[in-house]
This record gives sequence, structure tokens and C-alpha cells, in this order.
Amino acid sequence: MTMLQTPARRRRAGTGAPPPRTRNWPGSASGVAGRVLALGLILGIAVWAAVPLVSSGAWTGVAITAVATGIALYAYLSPRRLPAKYLLPTTFLLVAFQVFPVLYTMSLALTNIGDGHLGSKQEAITAIETSSVRREAGSAEFRLTVAERDGALVFLLADPATRATYAGTPDGLRPLDGAVPGPGGRIAAADGYTVLTGAQAAARSAEITALTVPVDGGAIRSQGLTRAYQGKAVLAYDAGCDCVTGEGRIWRSDETQGRFVAADGHALPQGWQVGVGLANLTAALTNPKINAHFAGVFAWNLVYAVGVVVLTAALGVAAALVLHHRRMRGVRAYRTLIVLPYAMPAFAMLLVWRDMFNTDFGLINRLLGLHTDWLGTPLTARLSVLLVQLWLGFPYMFLVATGALQTIPDEYLEAAEVDGASPWQRFRQVTLPLLLLALAPLLVSSFAFNFNNFNGVFLVTSGGPFPSDNPTVGATDLLITYTFRLAFGQQGAEYGLAAAMSIYVYLIVAVISIIGFRRTRAFKEVT
Amino acid sequence: MRALAWRHAAAVLITAFAVLPIVFVVSAALNPIGTLSSTNLVPRGAGFGNLSRLVEETHFWTWYRNSIVVSGLTAALAVAVSALSAYAFSRFRFPGRRAGLVSLLVIQAFPQFLAIVPLYVIFSAISDNWPAFGLNSVWGVVLLYIGGQVGVNTWLIKGFFDSIPRELDDAMRIDGCTHTQAFLRVVLPLAAPVLAISGLLVFIATINEFLIASVFLTGDDARTLAVGLFGLLADQRNANFGMFAVGTLLTAIPTVLVFQFLQRYIVHGLTAGAVKG
Repeated sequence: MTMLQTPARRRRAGTGAPPPRTRNWPGSASGVAGRVLALGLILGIAVWAAVPLVSSGAWTGVAITAVATGIALYAYLSPRRLPAKYLLPTTFLLVAFQVFPVLYTMSLALTNIGDGHLGSKQEAITAIETSSVRREAGSAEFRLTVAERDGALVFLLADPATRATYAGTPDGLRPLDGAVPGPGGRIAAADGYTVLTGAQAAARSAEITALTVPVDGGAIRSQGLTRAYQGKAVLAYDAGCDCVTGEGRIWRSDETQGRFVAADGHALPQGWQVGVGLANLTAALTNPKINAHFAGVFAWNLVYAVGVVVLTAALGVAAALVLHHRRMRGVRAYRTLIVLPYAMPAFAMLLVWRDMFNTDFGLINRLLGLHTDWLGTPLTARLSVLLVQLWLGFPYMFLVATGALQTIPDEYLEAAEVDGASPWQRFRQVTLPLLLLALAPLLVSSFAFNFNNFNGVFLVTSGGPFPSDNPTVGATDLLITYTFRLAFGQQGAEYGLAAAMSIYVYLIVAVISIIGFRRTRAFKEVT
Repeated sequence: MRALAWRHAAAVLITAFAVLPIVFVVSAALNPIGTLSSTNLVPRGAGFGNLSRLVEETHFWTWYRNSIVVSGLTAALAVAVSALSAYAFSRFRFPGRRAGLVSLLVIQAFPQFLAIVPLYVIFSAISDNWPAFGLNSVWGVVLLYIGGQVGVNTWLIKGFFDSIPRELDDAMRIDGCTHTQAFLRVVLPLAAPVLAISGLLVFIATINEFLIASVFLTGDDARTLAVGLFGLLADQRNANFGMFAVGTLLTAIPTVLVFQFLQRYIVHGLTAGAVKG
């Protein structure tokens, strides 16, 4: 109803009321100059963007750049397409950083991507074979020098038997020319490589141990920091049966799970990414392990968002009312102090609150002489995150309520007084409805914000406390922190499932925004 | 008289609630020992040891500069870009206008950091081709933040533009101005309150943003205050608390300055909606 246009407005559709054409195009000098400038800018950016894409052969990227440039030229060089001129920057930014990531997330939700399922099947096979490398009697040995090139580790290898030198990376082994021999048969230096000192190498020993250089039938691995050996892969992929064999067992490829599975159900840890259809989306609703959490987290999420809105609005309005009196003194000082929390950086104050709740050192326990683990039991932890968000949020409500109170005409209240209304009635019937009208848009946006208030929970409790039997879902977890832990938690990343959860969170928030938007439009029309 | 007395009592209570945590931070910042466990509401001594430790042992000024650059650029550019599209939605009638507005509302409801895995993939590709806008670059993060802010700010600003009578810019156009001139000389100046509010909200949201920054800006030269200060507590939660408190207070300064600077525009724009966390 709000969007309907009057016939008069409709007639102005298109480029608005007919402008005096001569001024617009092509006579106006500034108009021409503007177009030349736009042309130069667009082409400049396009060339700058295209050069690295062409040199790296990223033709999809080149095509996207070309299309975007074409659209920009079409919009800015034509005398028409006025709306497009104004809309293009927003559109480009939204498509690149909002729409594309959302679509990408949705496509991930249809796969099993996560730890152990990150890459292609070929990558999984390579990983299985190289990680199964074992040293065998008589396998070749090398003198090892650990070096670095472009930040990545490289093994500089010298074969003591043949005196040949090689450079080994996770991509494979290459002959190395121009290596400077050093003590012990090791390579002392080589062009283009930075040799690590003993201390540097020791600091990165975990990386060095993990580095495997694939070669035919096996791989080269380090042993200590100065020696390397060529081992034989125990497991091998056989394309004929599409399976991995070794150690007297057979793991057959299972394309629905994206893993190699043996007859007894044992699966190799390295799998690959496969489509799982809607399995992740349905798992959130039907898998009893997950949906029990989902319902619980969702319920607390609602309580949290509603609770924060109600508490901050109540305290904000109360503070504004207390100070709203003609003969009240020191109002300015009170106001300045009450608004102070709004000026403090929220992320830091959330951490400060977390430490004030600390059992051993926390200010609250020391002031009250208690030894309570506030963030350690579900109820107190939930009250704590509510209290913290009340502190952060109420000053803004106070500011808005103060402003709104001043716009309520005194005549209304005097008229009510003349009619014999008690102070309570005057507040209930006149002040409060007008206040709520002013606060309504803020209440809706506050709800939408707090529904996804990641920092407000994550920085204070990290979602905890967690029940001892289930470390995946905590008492103060919101959907968004729960999803975050699914994706990045200690339990092994499950990006696919996390993406499915984000889609649900997104749907809920989108519905709330649309409803909220309709409500506030309705409210605005009332005023 | 009694009525005023209870008003003062209530006001003092509320003020105490608002101020006590800040007093605690000030006390921690001054506390010569600089640990959480030795910090009380009233400092037992005062010194600038925490400040000098913060400046000497960390890259604090680099973090500070990064935060100001990121937040300031994001606020200015996001408001500029949003004002442009808000003008189109407010003043022109074109096919797809309504659909555009609704999709803007739906698109911006997606919390950007939920897509952090795809974003990381995107920015890895950007890093390969244009390192200036890639990972560990404040410019890349600025673009990303703007993308996350234009949707909601377009709505906010459009609402205000709608309340500026069209007759004003129509009159300008009859006098021979172009759309651009009507936009720059009439609509934008009249919309100063909402532009100030949008800018302030984007600034505050950006300077407080932690998650994306912690994934994208990990190098010592690229960290923002949120990432750097969080790292202080992650390393040594008790021992570094004094340094952290100093950092917190210094971080509040730009917000207060921006607020002061924009205050005269803000009175009207406040109800437009804002939340914090």
C-alpha cells in the first residue's frame, strides 16, 4: 500500500519531470567533461584490473571485468539511464561482497565440504599416498638443507652417492643448478632461495616434518633438520578398481560420501568434496543429534533478542523520564555520564565485562565478596550476557527517548490534566504511546541486530558454559555463534553443514527485516 | 521536593550503572601493577607504565592508524555510495525500482561474516591478482565493509530523502539545473542530519568489527585495534589487562571526536535507528 504511486507521480516516471534537454546533453560543457572523465576513469580501472588477470590466464576474470566495464560504459556514457548512473556503485559492491558470497554459501550447503573433504578426488589420492610413505631398508637418502622461497618452505637436497642436487616442494622434485656445496655434503646456498638458520628451521619444525615431496612410487620426507629419505608409499591408488590398496586391505571409492571405505566400514581420513543434495539442509531439521540443539538454541536466541530489546528500552525510557522534569537540576551532567557507554568501543568493553565476571580476579566477585563462577552455570551466564548487552544498548535508547520526550507538546498533557487524568493515566495514555511511536523503528532494528549479536555473546562467554557431555552447543549460544563453531570449531570444520545453518539464520533474519520494515512504514504513516 | 529527591536517587543509580565499568577501565589503565587481579574500582596508585608498555611492546599506533583509516574510509565511502543509490530510489521512477528496494532489504539481512569461507576464497583470488586489495590489506577490507553497509544505509538515507519535498529539486531543474546539480546543491545539504547519522553508525560498527578483521588482517602491519587488543588479552589475560585498558580508552577517543563533530547534525537523525554491540 505504501509503494503505490499516485497518478501524478506515475506521469513523472522514467527520468522524472521532463528536463530542459538543451542543458543536459550535449550542449552542457560540464556534462561533456563529466563524461570524458567517466570514460577515462572506467577504462583506467578496467585496464588496471585486467592486466594481472591476462598475465595469469584467468579468462573468467577477464570476461567478468569486460562485462562490468561494458555495463559501466553503457550507463555513464549515455545521456539517459539516469537511475543506473546513481545505482551502479552500490550494485557492483553488493554483487561482489554480498550477493556472490551468499550464493557461494548456498552452493557449499549442497556439498560435504569440511575437514577431510576440502579438495578434489585427485588431491585426496595424492594426500593418501604421500602420507602413507614409510621408510624401508635401502631407500635413498639425501643431505637436507631447509630453505625458503616466496615464504614457502623448500627442501634443498643433495644426493651423496651421485652428487646430484634437487629442490623439493609439495609440487614435486626438480633438478637444482648452481647450488653451492657446503660442509657435510649439504647445500650451503642456492640462487633464489633463502637458507634458514638452525634456529629458524627449529622454529618451523612442525611444518618441516609435515612437508612431503611426492616422487614416483613414494615421497621424500625429512628426518631431523639435516637429512631426508625417499620412502615408499604403503597405500596406492588403483584406477582399475577405483580403490586404494595396501597393508593387505582394500578401500573402495564411495562417491556419495566422498571417501575410500573398506569392507569393514573403516574409511581413510582423506576424502574429497562431493555434492550431497539437500542432506545438510534436512539434517538441521531431522537429524536428532542436531535438531535438538537447533530448537534449544533458537529458543534462547529469541529470548535473548527480545530480552535485550525490552530491557534496553525500559531502562532507556526510565532514565529519560527521570530526567524529564522542569525543576530537575544537573540534567546535563547526568546525560553526559549516561551516554558514556555508547562512546566506549564495544568489542573492548565486552572483554572488560568478561573479565569483571571472572571468578578469581573479577571485580564483581571482589566487590560483593563472593566466589561465584558467573559465566560457569547456564542461568547466571545467560543473565550475564543480558546484563552486558543492557549496559551497551540502553544509552542509545535513552538518547532517542530523551529527544522524543521533548517533542511531545505540553498541551497534550495539560489537556489530559484538565480532563482529570491522574499522573499515571497521563503517562500511560499520552506519553507512552507517543514514545513508543518514536522508538518503534529503533526497537525493530535493535531486535534484528541482537538476533545476530555475535560479539555480544562470543566475546563474553564464547557461547558457553558447555555441558560436560556435549562441547558443541553452549547455554548462551546464539544460532550465529553455534554456526560459527560448526564451521571453525575444534571438532573439525563442517563448512557444508555450517553453510546450511547460515541459510536458516539468513531466512529468519530476512523475514524479520521484511516484517519490521512493514511495521515501521505503517508506524510512519500514522505520524 | 520529595518528587525531585527520588528522581535524583534514580538518576544516580542509573548513572552509576553506566559509569562503573568505565571507572574500572580507567582504574586499570592507571594501575601501576597492570594486572587484572590487582585492579580495583579506585586505583591504588597512578602511573603511565601501562601506556608506555603498550606503545613500546606492541604495534599500537599502527593498529590505531589502521582502525582510523579503515573506519573513516568505510564511513565516508559507504555514505557517499549509499546516498547516490538512495537518490535514485527516492527521485526516479524506473522499471525494477520496487524490486530493487525489496532485494536490497533482503540482501543486506545476510550477516556478512557468515559467508567468511567464501569471502576468504574470494580474497585469496584477489590477493593473487591485485595484492593491494587482497588479504592483509586495509583497502580490501574497506571494500568488503562498504559492500556490507550500502544496503542498510541506502534504506536509511532514502527514507530521509523522501521527506525532502520534490518541489525543491523540481524548482532547481526548471531553473536549468541538471539532476546532478539538484542532487549536490539541494538534496545533499538538506540531508546532512541523516548523512551524519549514517556516517557515525558505519564508523562505530566498523571500528568495533572483530571477526572479519581477525581473519583478513593478521599481519602485524595490517591489524586493527579490535584484532590487536584482543590478541593482548589472548596472550596474557591477567598480566596485559592494564595495557588493554589503556588501549580501550584511547580507542574511545576517535568515536567521541566523530560524535562531537557530527553532533550538530545528529539531533534530527537519531530516531532513524541504531544499535550497537
